[in-house]
Amino acid sequence: MGKEKTYLGVPVYRPRVAFFEFTSCEGCQLQILNREESLLDFLNLVEIVDFREAMTEGSDDYEIAFVEGCISRDDEVVRLQEIRQRAKVLVALGSCACFGGVNQLKNRFLDQGWVHRQVYGEYPIASLPVRSLADIVTVDVSIFGCPIKKEEVEKIVTNIALGKSIVHPKYPVCMECQANENICLFDLGEPCLGPVTRAGCDSWCPNNRAGCWGCRGPADDADPQRLKAIMVKHGFSLETIIDRLDCFGGFVRESARLRDELENVGQTGSVDPGGGI
Amino acid sequence: MKLSCEIDIHPLTRVEGHGRIEISIKNGTVQKAQWEVVETPRFFEAILVGKMWENAPYLCGRICGICSIGHTLAAIRAVENGFGLVPSEQTSQLRLLLKHMETLQSHILHLYFLTAPDFLGTGSVFPLIKSHPEAVLRAARLKKLANDAADLIGGRRLHPTRTVVGGFTMLPDMAELQKIRTRLQESLDDLTATVDLFATFTIPDFVRETEFVSLKGKGDYPFIGGDLISTDGVGRREEEYLEMSNEYMVEHSTAKWSRLSRDAFAVGALARINNNYAGLCSQAQQAAEQLKLTPVNHNPFMNNIAQLVECVQVAQDSMALIDQLTGTSWQATRQQVVPKAGLGVAAVEVPRGILYHCYEFDDTGRIIRADCVIPTSQNHGNIHLDIVELARQGAASGTGDRSLELLAQMLVRAYDPCISCSVH
Ligand code: SF4
Ligand code: SF4
Ligand code: SF4
Repeated sequence: MGKEKTYLGVPVYRPRVAFFEFTSCEGCQLQILNREESLLDFLNLVEIVDFREAMTEGSDDYEIAFVEGCISRDDEVVRLQEIRQRAKVLVALGSCACFGGVNQLKNRFLDQGWVHRQVYGEYPIASLPVRSLADIVTVDVSIFGCPIKKEEVEKIVTNIALGKSIVHPKYPVCMECQANENICLFDLGEPCLGPVTRAGCDSWCPNNRAGCWGCRGPADDADPQRLKAIMVKHGFSLETIIDRLDCFGGFVRESARLRDELENVGQTGSVDPGGGI
Repeated sequence: MKLSCEIDIHPLTRVEGHGRIEISIKNGTVQKAQWEVVETPRFFEAILVGKMWENAPYLCGRICGICSIGHTLAAIRAVENGFGLVPSEQTSQLRLLLKHMETLQSHILHLYFLTAPDFLGTGSVFPLIKSHPEAVLRAARLKKLANDAADLIGGRRLHPTRTVVGGFTMLPDMAELQKIRTRLQESLDDLTATVDLFATFTIPDFVRETEFVSLKGKGDYPFIGGDLISTDGVGRREEEYLEMSNEYMVEHSTAKWSRLSRDAFAVGALARINNNYAGLCSQAQQAAEQLKLTPVNHNPFMNNIAQLVECVQVAQDSMALIDQLTGTSWQATRQQVVPKAGLGVAAVEVPRGILYHCYEFDDTGRIIRADCVIPTSQNHGNIHLDIVELARQGAASGTGDRSLELLAQMLVRAYDPCISCSVH
C-alpha cells in the first residue's frame, strides 16, 4: 500500500521505514509517537514496516532504518550490522546512538569489573563498554538530542524522502538562545554549555531557565577553552564543567583534556582561567 | 486430545524493552513456562557514583523514556530527603500535578496503543486509524492534553527541564494553567467514552492469588512518598524499602527479581487500587464499579482496567490541584539546597508501580552509593508465575496453542512492563 498516496494529484513516494532500538531509555522512539497533532501526517509521509514498541507485524524490507540506542553487547553488534546491510539509509536517532548517551558514563571507570559488581555483585551478566553506532557501522544521518525533537525528525525524514541533503546548524546553542531573548543563565548563577553545544534544539533548556548539558554534542567551532574561561569567571569548578561535558558522550575529547588539567591542579588548587575573557 | 505446543515469543512486541515468553507443553503436561528478560543493562547505579547531587535527577530521568518524570521526581525526593529539605506546598502540588499528567499520558498510551489492538483483533494501533477513527482521535486528544500540561509544568514532556532539587527553575503561566483546567474538564467525556469502550471488552477470566505492594494513602490516593503497604499485611516506612523490595538475581533475566511474603508480588495500578480503593474519588469509584473492579482483585488482566480507573482519578485530582494553585499568587520558585552527608530514600508511584531511589552522600553532596528499584523488576517474578499458571491451565483445558500464545502476550502486556527501565 506504500505508493498510492498523492499530493496535488502527483503520486508521492512513501519510504519504507523501520525503527530499532539498542541499549537506551527508548525515549527517542516515544518522541515519534509523542507529537499527537502531526502523528497522522507523519504516518502519511512514511510507511512504517517495523516498530516493535508499537506493532506486532514486522518486516525486513525497509529503506530507512532509524536506530536508537548505543551498543553494549556482542549480539547488538551483529544485529546492527544486519540492519546496516538491509537499509539504504541508516539514521542514528538520539544521543545514545550518536555518542553513547548517558550510558557511556560507565566507560569512565578504568575497572569495568567494579562497575559490574556495584550493580550485580558476583553475578555474571554480559556487557561491553558502550560504543556509538558509528564506532561499528557507517551512519548516514545523525539526529542529535536527548531526547530528539520531533519537529526536527519530521523535517529530516521529509528531506530524506525527497533526496535532499541534511544540514545541521554549525553554530552553538547560544545563538538560538539570544534570538529567543532569554536571560543568560550565567547571569542567574547557573552553568550552561550553550557556548559549545551544537544548535538545532531552539535552545530548549535555556528557554526553561535550565542550563544546557550539551546533549547535541559539539558545535563546529566549539572552543572548550573559551567555555572554561566563562565557567571559571562565573565561579564554577572544573568538576562542574566536566560533569556536564561528560554527560552524553559528545565531548569525550574535551572533557578528557580538562580532566588532565584537574589532576594537575589537584582538588583544591586554583584554576588558570586561560582563554580571552 | 492432549495439547502439545512450543511457544517462543521473542522479542515480545508492543511493550517497552526486550522480553521473551517460552512455553513448552507435551501431551498435556507443561515442560517449560518462562518469562525471560534479555534487555541490555546500563549500570546507572555505578554511573552515579562520584557524581555531585545535582546530576542525580538529570541522569536518572534517563533510566526510562516513558516514566522520565517519575524517575526525575524520585531522584529529587531522594536528594531532598537526604539533605533534610522539605519542599514547599506549592512545589509539592506542582510536582503531583506533573506526575498526574505522566500517569494519564502513560496509561492512555498503554490502553489505546498497546492493549486495545489485542481486544479489537489487530496487530497494532495503525489499522485502528481506519477501523476505529473516533477511538484513535480520542486517545490522541487525551495524550496530547497530558503531554501539553507536562510541557507547561515540567518544561518538556520527556526528560523534563524545569524540575530541580528545591523546586522548579520556572513556574507555569497561570492563564495557561487555567486553560489546562478547562481542557481537563472537557476531557471527562473522552474518559467516559473510554470507560464505555473498555466495558465492552472481554477481560480474560484468569485468577492467581498474589500479594500487592504499593504506597499507603492517608485517606487519599497516594503517589509521592509515605508509608509502604502490602495486601498480605506487611507495613514499612519509606526508608525501610529494602525490606519491601528484597531483590535477587535469577538465571534467565538481566533484571533483578523481588519477593516479600510469597514467591512473588505485584506492583502497579491494580496493586495501588487493591490497597487504596477507599482513597479514590467518587467518579473513579463509579468507573471501577462499571468496569467490575472490586478490591482485592487477583486477575492480572484487570491491571488494564485499574489503569483506566486511575485516569479518571488523576483527571479529577488535577482539576482540584489547579484550583488550589490558581487560587493564590505564585510563591518562591526554588528553595536553597544545603548538601549534607547521609542517606536519602524516595518511594514514588510511577505508572507501572512503586519506584524506589536511594542515594548515600558524603558531606559535600557527592554520591557515594546509589540504588534504584524499578517497578517492572518487582513484577518480573509475578509475571513469570502467572505465565507458569496460564500454561498449566492451558494444558489442562486443552486451549489451542494460538490462543494460549495470544493470552500469554496479553498477560505480559497487561503489566505494561517497562523492561529497559527494569534493567537500568
Ligand atoms: S538519547 Fe536520551 S531520550 Fe533518546 S534513547 Fe537515549 S537516553 Fe533516551
Ligand atoms: S543561557 Fe546558555 S545558551 Fe543562553 S546565552 Fe547564556 S550561555 Fe548561551
Ligand atoms: S539546550 Fe542543550 S541540553 Fe538542552 S536540548 Fe539543547 S543541546 Fe540539549
